[in-house]
Amino acid sequence: MTSLAEPPEPSTTAPFLPFLSVRDLKVHFATDDGVVRAVDGLSFDVGRGRTLGIVGESGSGKSVTNLAILGLHDRRRTTLAGEIVLDGKELLTARERELERLRGNRMAMIFQDALASLSPFHTVGRQIAETYAKHTGASRRESRARAVEMLRRVGIPQPALRADDYPHQFSGGMRQRVMIAMALVCDPELLIADEPTTALDVTVQAQIMDLLKDLQQECGTSIVFITHDLGVISRMADDILVMYAGRAVERGTRDEVLRTPEHPYTWGLLGAMPTLRAPVEIPLSPIPGTPPSLLDPLPGCRFEPRCAFTEQTLEGHCATRRPALPRTPAHGAACHLTRAQRGQYYLDYVGADTR
Amino acid sequence: MFRFILRRTLSALMILLVISAITFVLFYVAPRDPARSACGKLCTPETLALVRRNLGIDDPLPVQYWHWLAGVFVGRDYAGLGHCAAPCLGYSFTNHEPVLGLITNRFPTTLSLTLGSTVVFVVLGVGTGMLAAVKQGRALDKIASSVSLIGSSLQIYIVGVVAMYYLSDQWGILPRPQDSVGFSQDPVAWFKGLLLPWFVLAIIFTANYTRMTRSQLVETLAEDYVRTARAKGLSRRTVFFRFAWRGAMGPIVTILGLDIGYLLGGAIITEETFGLHGIGALSIKAVRDNDLPLLLGVVLVAAAAIVVANIVVDAVYALIDPRIRLA
Repeated sequence: MTSLAEPPEPSTTAPFLPFLSVRDLKVHFATDDGVVRAVDGLSFDVGRGRTLGIVGESGSGKSVTNLAILGLHDRRRTTLAGEIVLDGKELLTARERELERLRGNRMAMIFQDALASLSPFHTVGRQIAETYAKHTGASRRESRARAVEMLRRVGIPQPALRADDYPHQFSGGMRQRVMIAMALVCDPELLIADEPTTALDVTVQAQIMDLLKDLQQECGTSIVFITHDLGVISRMADDILVMYAGRAVERGTRDEVLRTPEHPYTWGLLGAMPTLRAPVEIPLSPIPGTPPSLLDPLPGCRFEPRCAFTEQTLEGHCATRRPALPRTPAHGAACHLTRAQRGQYYLDYVGADTR
Repeated sequence: MFRFILRRTLSALMILLVISAITFVLFYVAPRDPARSACGKLCTPETLALVRRNLGIDDPLPVQYWHWLAGVFVGRDYAGLGHCAAPCLGYSFTNHEPVLGLITNRFPTTLSLTLGSTVVFVVLGVGTGMLAAVKQGRALDKIASSVSLIGSSLQIYIVGVVAMYYLSDQWGILPRPQDSVGFSQDPVAWFKGLLLPWFVLAIIFTANYTRMTRSQLVETLAEDYVRTARAKGLSRRTVFFRFAWRGAMGPIVTILGLDIGYLLGGAIITEETFGLHGIGALSIKAVRDNDLPLLLGVVLVAAAAIVVANIVVDAVYALIDPRIRLA
């Protein structure tokens, strides 16, 4: 895995027209125990051709957010609020038929577990071709040719032959390639990748990431890349959104978030990650405690029970008042510490410890 | 595929062999003398001995079994009755008719009863199960679940008699159930005569298929590949039938095959209730009359039906699921 300190090419925060814009999104599930606030007021933008990396622990609301974008949540149990705008089109209020026309066509998704996510009953060629046929009205033969072409593009050897194989006849990495071929068959403008490399071993991970980058450059696709792996994020993302307990706690470009992180939770994530350069004697420092229940969220900052810096805030209302993420698109964190304090504490306590 | 069929056929034959031997032994464990019942009221010891010899039951048990088995494969000669050609299941003790003939005579009724009611319970059961799964947790789902529970606790001999009384005798909607007219003779009369038994026999199975279909579909509808299919922009209908139903089918087809196999062995209660003359009625007669050859015959038919159904189910399963076919 690449180290976080690897020098990336300079990235710009030039103003862009967001291709995907999420505003104050709320996703609540009704369960037997009460309402789970899985996502509770989330806003972010993804520019054309850019990659947004969403990082966070399991249960932070990453996947739920992206299922909501595609409209794949269980409609009976879920209440949604807020706005999701894709290229000027509001998705939350869109009809099912309209969403069907967009899914797989203009926005597509890659899932983590390719074996479970591909149908065991159909050949991979057919599974890719049916998406194409559905959205373009292409004939059987055209769709099949397109499927073979896609398999070739994602680097599957002998694509015309392998198109007739079933998912269980492929290796893990090859299956994820099939998944990518399927997602990209209609040249979608938005690709949501939900932990696409998590189940793969490291060399295959790297191949899949390179493949996604190449395809992105070819087609100018916007990518939302969900992961809990900061190494993967540092390699893939232009911008990073850090999520904690259903809310965004920090947002910025890759360099801003990874080099000068402002939120204590982000410090914790970085501290829990091994780097090749750090001396072995320095132990990894996990974030103490566990994520809070989303059934009955705390009134204040949700990270407060696990945060080591609550005493340092000027007004001391971490437990009572919810810190907001600044609206401006620049680098920012939802924290009651002042910017000066954050910079100071990161250098004093955290940065020195791990780097 | 050929090797699969060959291997399974051989093991099926072994199973049938074992079953026939067990039936043979069990028959002689029962403390009843078939010769005495065949001999009649005025029975002298001499006639009794003669009957014994004619029935072939004065030989030791293994010898008797050997004769019976030889009859099945190469035919058998009977004193007074002549030669019985190769797949010879012997002659009935009571009326000296060839067992094979009795069975082939009765089989059309059982076949009609089985296929007809299978159509009914598959359409009703699977259909209701699909609706319940799609409307999960809603009123329709709850109604379907309760009705199917009631259905599965009903008894054929009560429902059958009540239905027959009202539908045939009182209101005259359907003719009384009968199986004397074959499908080839008069399809309409055949259909009308079996309609009531089909529905009544289907009642107990329908509930089972409703529940099974619902639970399988609830499971497959939550599968990742179903979500992927939705993420591809396929319509709900396509996703349901091409993905969710495809995944749910396997276990349902398995049980269906076994149920059909079971029904082909004779639906004893249904046949009795409606006075039909299928394999079920024949089985009762065989037991009541202590008729060993007939009993062996019907037991083998029932066993063969199950064994063949198993083979068919495995073959169909491989067709449905490529993971099994190409493993």
